[in-house]
Amino acid sequence: MSSELTSITTPPTAAGYQPQVNKRQTIGKIWRWVFFGSTALAIVLLGMLLWSVIGPGWGWLSWNLITNPPSRYPEKAGMNPAIWGSIWIVLGSGVAAFVMGLATAIYLEEYASKGRFNDFIQTNISNLAGVPSIVYGLLGLVVFVDLMHFGRTLIAGVLTMALLILPVVVISSREAIRAVPPSLREASYGLGATRWQTIWNHVLPAAFPGILTGIILAMSRAIGETAPLLVVGGASQVLWRPDSIFSTFMVMPLQIYNWTGRPQEEFEHLAAAAIIVLMIILLLMNSVAIGLRQHFSRKARW
Amino acid sequence: MTTTLVQSETQQGDAMQLESSKEAVARIPGISAAAFQSVEKEQATAPSLIELKNLNIHYGTFHAVNNVNLSIKQNSITAFIGPSGCGKSTVLRCINRMNDLIPSARVEGEILYHGQDVNARNVDPVEVRRRIGMVFQRPNPFPKSIYENVAWGARINGYKGNFDELVEASLVRAALWDEVKDKLKDSGLSLSGGQQQRLCIARALATNPDVILLDEPASALDPISTLKIEELLRELESDYTIVIVTHNMQQAARVSDRTVFFSLNENRQGILVESGPTQKMFTKPEDPRTEGYISGRFG
Repeated sequence: MSSELTSITTPPTAAGYQPQVNKRQTIGKIWRWVFFGSTALAIVLLGMLLWSVIGPGWGWLSWNLITNPPSRYPEKAGMNPAIWGSIWIVLGSGVAAFVMGLATAIYLEEYASKGRFNDFIQTNISNLAGVPSIVYGLLGLVVFVDLMHFGRTLIAGVLTMALLILPVVVISSREAIRAVPPSLREASYGLGATRWQTIWNHVLPAAFPGILTGIILAMSRAIGETAPLLVVGGASQVLWRPDSIFSTFMVMPLQIYNWTGRPQEEFEHLAAAAIIVLMIILLLMNSVAIGLRQHFSRKARW
Repeated sequence: MTTTLVQSETQQGDAMQLESSKEAVARIPGISAAAFQSVEKEQATAPSLIELKNLNIHYGTFHAVNNVNLSIKQNSITAFIGPSGCGKSTVLRCINRMNDLIPSARVEGEILYHGQDVNARNVDPVEVRRRIGMVFQRPNPFPKSIYENVAWGARINGYKGNFDELVEASLVRAALWDEVKDKLKDSGLSLSGGQQQRLCIARALATNPDVILLDEPASALDPISTLKIEELLRELESDYTIVIVTHNMQQAARVSDRTVFFSLNENRQGILVESGPTQKMFTKPEDPRTEGYISGRFG
């Protein structure tokens, strides 16, 4: 058949070579299917997760869920304070971690001399990224809630969460800054630019899409994180959305956790519906962030 | 005082070299009298603008460049030639302190610019680089508009004049204006390689430098773009002092007034073998190593 690959036989292969093209191509195909299988597994797992949530939760999605405060009557119960709490926590900790993390990354990449000290810092930051989140919660409890007398308030939650995501932001920002080609820096210095002018006008714009990616990942983690807020924040019912940084607060994952612990079966459905809302908000947030990243990466290309 | 002394000495030395090169050139057919006159003019009038004295450059424990002494004449084109790894780019990048950006690099000796050591404690490298501009091996325009590429360097250096005029004048000088005047808002990266390199030259010109260093500016370009860059350098010579590193000996012969030949010693350290007027270097070099390199026997 014409579609079959026929081997080229002339001129004959020189002595000493055993090309084994078929074997090498087969190995290549096996790897392709391994990679495909891995991707498919991730998609199947996501599908199962969605199915297990949408099944029990879909019928319970209602405006009440979004606009009402929690209640002991399932049909009236909502998670309005938790949605607002989550938004404030994510935005607040995102902004705080962005400012601190980017500043740290700029210092370590552009100013600090490369050497043992820098490596030491790098290793420690990587380690911090692996510390269990509950430990950050305990840190927040000691430092922000007790020592700084913030109590179990929004600001304590924001700062604790900012610390939690800071290492991820620092590491990803450093990578993004390092990926800016040296030729761009040389061009700038060669014109008589100072270090800061070079960083501000060339390095940061070029690195920004990558920095934003790190922030997106960090904020996605922050919106789903429960354990540290269990310690520094509201494990109790909060009926009002936060109106200042010193308000008590509730977040969506905590609300979901709370509902799944109730004896009535209705609250399990409510929890499933709340998970759907959480995922929709996460999706919206990521879409905005990805849109922003696209916008900036079109501008900064070298 | 010292500088003046050195200059007069150098000029005397050059005058002696000139005599011998005159004889040499007279014997070589195909080298025009006009080319020779340009050498004579340069020899007679141009004072030294940059002096390298006992220059040694180290990268960490590696002694990369060993004891280079050289004077670079004002309003002339000096070409650095030599085999790969002989330190010619390294020396070039020391002149405007670009080597400061490499943490392990260490420079010893003096680099005098207008008699002032650029490595002196009270000299800011930012100031040095504005006066001694640089064009790199690979065209590296900013990911900004063509206009902004040219204007940016002037803006950060506090230029207060009319930017439209400055951009136009710089692009005209860099022989790029006619090709880009209708698309100044387009990205500098949308241009071809040769155009990008001329944009980089225009960008350097816009900061009003005194010296332009070019590190193999045409090695990534096609022959036609290369020719354009070479013509451009010839035109810029009257207003700027130009130092060009090149792998291409024909380019050095075509474009430069003086040629400096670098090579490696037995410890793989870069050394300056010989320098002199280009015609002389290519027709009657004094050092057998120069002759070997130029005639293509190594490197």
